[in-house]
Amino acid sequence: MTTPLRHRARHSERLTALIVTAAVLFCPPLLLVIDRLPSATGIWLLLYLFIAWAVVIGLAAWLQESRRASGKGRR
Amino acid sequence: MRNDIVVLAVAFGYLALLFVVAAWGDRRAEVGRSAIGSPTVYALSIAVYCTAWTFYGSVGRASAQGPHFLLIYLGPTLAMLAAPFVIRKMVRIAARQRITSIADFISARYGKSAGLGAVVALMALISSTPYIALQLKAITVSHAVLMNYPASADLAVEEAHFWIDKSFWVALVLAVFIILFGTRHLDASERHEGMVAAIALESLVKLVAFLAVGIFVVFVMFQGPLDLLGRVANTPELSRVLGLEQVPGGATGWVGVLILAVLAFLTLPRQFQVLVVENVDETHIDRASWVFPLYLLLINLFVVPIALAGLLLGSEGADPDSFVLTLPLSAGAEALPLLVFIGGLSAATGMMIVETIALSTMVSNQLIMPLLLRFDRLHLSGSGRLAAWLLGIRRVAIVAILLLGYVYHALIGDAYTLVTIGLVSFVGAAQFAPALLIGLYWRVATRAGALWGLVAGFFLWGYTLLLPGFAQSGWIDIALIEQGPWGLGWLNPYALFGLDGWDIYTHGLLWSLLANVGLYVGISLFTRPTALEQTQAALFTEALHPNLPSASLWQGQTTQGELGELLRRYLGEAAIRRVFADAGDGHAGDSREASHRLITRAEQALAGSLGNASARVLINSVVRGEALDMASILSILDTTSQALEYNRRLEQKSAELERASAALRRANARLRELDRLKDEFIAMVSHELRTPLTSIRAFAEILNDEDAMDADKRRHFLGVIVHESQRLSRLIEEILDLARLESGRLTLNPERLDLALLARRSVDAVTQLHREQGIALTTELDSGPAMVTGDADRLEQVIINLLDNAGKFADREAPRVLIRLAPHKDRYRLSVEDNGPGIGPEERERVFDKFHQLERGGDALGRPRGSGLGLAISRGIIAHLGGRLWADESRHLGGACLTLELPGSADEAPAEAPASH
Repeated sequence: MTTPLRHRARHSERLTALIVTAAVLFCPPLLLVIDRLPSATGIWLLLYLFIAWAVVIGLAAWLQESRRASGKGRR
Repeated sequence: MRNDIVVLAVAFGYLALLFVVAAWGDRRAEVGRSAIGSPTVYALSIAVYCTAWTFYGSVGRASAQGPHFLLIYLGPTLAMLAAPFVIRKMVRIAARQRITSIADFISARYGKSAGLGAVVALMALISSTPYIALQLKAITVSHAVLMNYPASADLAVEEAHFWIDKSFWVALVLAVFIILFGTRHLDASERHEGMVAAIALESLVKLVAFLAVGIFVVFVMFQGPLDLLGRVANTPELSRVLGLEQVPGGATGWVGVLILAVLAFLTLPRQFQVLVVENVDETHIDRASWVFPLYLLLINLFVVPIALAGLLLGSEGADPDSFVLTLPLSAGAEALPLLVFIGGLSAATGMMIVETIALSTMVSNQLIMPLLLRFDRLHLSGSGRLAAWLLGIRRVAIVAILLLGYVYHALIGDAYTLVTIGLVSFVGAAQFAPALLIGLYWRVATRAGALWGLVAGFFLWGYTLLLPGFAQSGWIDIALIEQGPWGLGWLNPYALFGLDGWDIYTHGLLWSLLANVGLYVGISLFTRPTALEQTQAALFTEALHPNLPSASLWQGQTTQGELGELLRRYLGEAAIRRVFADAGDGHAGDSREASHRLITRAEQALAGSLGNASARVLINSVVRGEALDMASILSILDTTSQALEYNRRLEQKSAELERASAALRRANARLRELDRLKDEFIAMVSHELRTPLTSIRAFAEILNDEDAMDADKRRHFLGVIVHESQRLSRLIEEILDLARLESGRLTLNPERLDLALLARRSVDAVTQLHREQGIALTTELDSGPAMVTGDADRLEQVIINLLDNAGKFADREAPRVLIRLAPHKDRYRLSVEDNGPGIGPEERERVFDKFHQLERGGDALGRPRGSGLGLAISRGIIAHLGGRLWADESRHLGGACLTLELPGSADEAPAEAPASH
C-alpha cells in the first residue's frame, strides 16, 4: 500500500528538483559566466542554452517515461 | 510559381484540407473513437503557442536582440515541466465543473461570480485583439513579400484601402472558416475535437516548413553550420549580435521576460483552451510535459542560423521579420517560399482559430448570456432555442473579434513590430495569473480580492504598455512617453515612479503584477467569502484530494418535470435524454422528485453550454429550498483532511514503534548473551574452585587414613595442601575483586605517585621467582620520575600480574622479559614484553575476557595455569584510574607486549580521585 505512494512522492520530488535545476540553468548568474567566454562569433551562450535545454528535456522524458513504464509493470 | 492564382489556390486548398481534417475529427468523436486520444496530438495542439510571431518574428528578434527570443520558449518549457502538478489540477477541476474557458474557470473559482467572469472575458478580449492583429499583419506582409519580391513589401501594404486591403479579406475568410469550424456543434458543447485535430496538423506543417527553410539556408546556401559560423567570425559587427548585452534590460529584463513567458503560457486564452478545456485524458499531460518542450526546441533550432545568414547576406535591406521568406527567394528557390508561406499561414490561422473560438465562447457565456438571462427570458422560451441563440451569438462574436483585430491592425499595427505586440498581449494575459494560480492553492482568496486585483493590474497594464502604443502610433501626443502626462515625469508610463533603465515589458509586468497581487491578497484577507465561494474554493484547492465528492452536492428539491422542462427550454430533447441517462434515472414521471445526482448533472450540462454562473442562475430558478449543500462538502473535506492528518501521525507513531521494538530486540539479544556468559562464568568458577579443593581433599584423606606414613611423604602432602589452599584463597580473592570492579564498589585510594618507583618495587618482588625459573628480566625504568595518579597497592598488583604473565608465556628454553617505561605526550606508558609465541591479532582483545585462558583449553606447554582473571582485573583497575591497558606485538623481543597507559599528573594539580567508584 505504501510502496506506490512512496514511489509517487519520490517521482514528484525528482520532478520538482528538475524544475529548479532548469530554472537555475536558464537564469543570469550562469548565463553571465558563459557569456564572458571569449569567442569570435559569440556562439557560446547560444550553444549553452540549447544544450542545457536539450538536457532538461531529456531528463524530463526519462523521468516521465520510466515512471510510465514502471506504472504499467505494476498493473 | 509566384502568381496570385497559384498562391491563393494553395492557401485555400490548405484551409480546405484543414476543414476536412476537422470534420473527420468531429465524426470520429461522434462515434466515440476519438482522433485526438494520444499524448502526442495533445502536445502538438499545445504548439498553437507558436504563432506567426514565432514563425517570422523569432528571426527578427534574434537579429536585433540576440538570445532574447529564446525566453518566450524557455518559459513554457518550465511551465510544462510543472504541468503534472499545475495543469493536471486545472484539468481535473475543468472536467468536474464543465469549465468552458479561462473566464469561466476564474468565475467558478470565486463562487460562480457572473461579474468576475464578465471582467475576465472583457480583459481577455482587449488583451488578445493586438495579438490577432499581429497574425493578420503577418499573413498580409508575408503574402506581399512573396508576391512583390524583390520589390519592397511595404509599398504594396501601405497604399491599400480597406476594401483592397488583403488582411481585411483574410479576416473575413477566416471568420467564415472558423464559424464553419468551431460552431458546428448544435449542442454547443465546450469541446472541439475536430478543431484540435486540425491544429495538431497545423503544428506539424509549420514545424516542417521552418525546418525545411533552416536546412535549406544552412546546407544549401552555406556549406553547413561551420561555414556559416566561419563567415560570421570574419564579420566583426556580427560578433556580438548573440551576446547577452543585446538583451533589453540586461539580466533583469531576462528574468522578467522569462517569468512573463511562464505566466502567459498558462493564462493566454487559447493556451487555456488547448491545455485544459480540450484535454481529453489527464494522463496525456505526463508525456506532453516533455514532447511539447522538444517541439519548441526543434522549431527554434534554425532561428539563429537564419538570422545570421540574413544579416550576412544583407538581403537588400529586407526586414529581419521576413528573412524566412526573403532568403529562399533570394536564392531563387521556387517551391520552398510557397511552403514557408503555408507554414506561416498555419501558424497564424492556428492561433486565430483557437483564440477566436476561446474568445467567442467567453463573449457568449460570460458577457451576453448573463445579460439575456437577467433582462428577459421571452426570446428563449421556445424548446431548444438556446442552442440556436448561443451559436448565433458565437458566430457574431467571431466576426466581431476578427474585425476588431483587423481594425487594430489597420489603425495601429504599423507602429509596432511583431515582438512588441506579442509581448504587450503577454503582459495583459499574465494579469490572470494571480487569480488563476494562487486561487488553485490558497483557499482564503475571495471574489472581491480577485476582482480588484484584476482591475488594478489591468489598469496598470493599459497605462504602462497599451497607452504608449497608442502614443507611438500617433493617436495621442507622443509627449506622454517622452515627458509623462502633463509634464509629470514620475508618471511617465515607461518609467513609472522614476523606475527607468528596465525594458518596458519587465517594467509593465512588475507594476501591474505588484498592484494585482497586492490587492488580491490584501483584500482577500479582509473580506468574508460567501458560503458558495467557500465551497468552490474548497473544491478547487482540494481538487486532487482522493476523497473529494464529485456529485450530489445539491440538497434542494424539484421535480423531474420541472428540471426536464428547464433542460428542454435551453438545451433541447437530446440533452434531456443524455442527462437523465447519465444520472441513471429513467424519465419516470413529471411529478417525481429529482434526485440530487440528477440536479447536479443538469447543472453540469447547462454549465457546459452556458458557463457556470448562468447555469447556477437557471438551476436556482427551479430548485426550492437550500439549493446547495455547502456545509456537508466543507465538512467532508475537513473530516477527510483530519483523517489524513491522523493517518499521517499514525504512520509516524508506527515507525517510532518499529524503531523502539528493534531496539528492544537488540537489548533482549544482549541480555541473553549476558545470561549465557553468566552461566559460563559460574560453571568456570565452580570448576576452578573444585580443582584445588579436590586435591586438598584427596591428600587430606590420605593423611587421615594412613597413619604409618613416613615424615617426608607427609610433609610433601601437607605442602601440596598448603599450596592448593593458597591458590584457592587467591582465586577467591580475585573473584571478589572482579565482582567489586564490575559492580563499581572497588575502593581505590588514588594518590600522586611515581610509576617508575612502583615498577621497580614490583620488579624486586618478582625477581626471586624469575630467578628460580631462569628468566632474564631486563628493566628500562631510568627515564626519571613518572608522576601519575593511582592506588599504589592496586597498581603494584597489576604490574606484578603483567610480569608474572610475561614470565609464564616467555620462551621455554631462554625466557626473556623486558619492562620499560616511557612518556607518551602527557601520559606514561609501561609495557611488559616477552619472547614467547605472542598473541595473534584476533586474540588481542579476548585475552582480557574473564577465564580466557580456560577457554583456550589445556595448557600444551604444561605450565602452571592462572585463573584467567588477572588481566580482566588489571584492565578494570587501570580503567578506574583513567588509563587503558591493551595487548600488542612485542617490538623488542618478538613475543607478546602488554602496555598500560596512565595520564600524567601535573605537579600543582592536587591529586583527585578519578571518576566513578
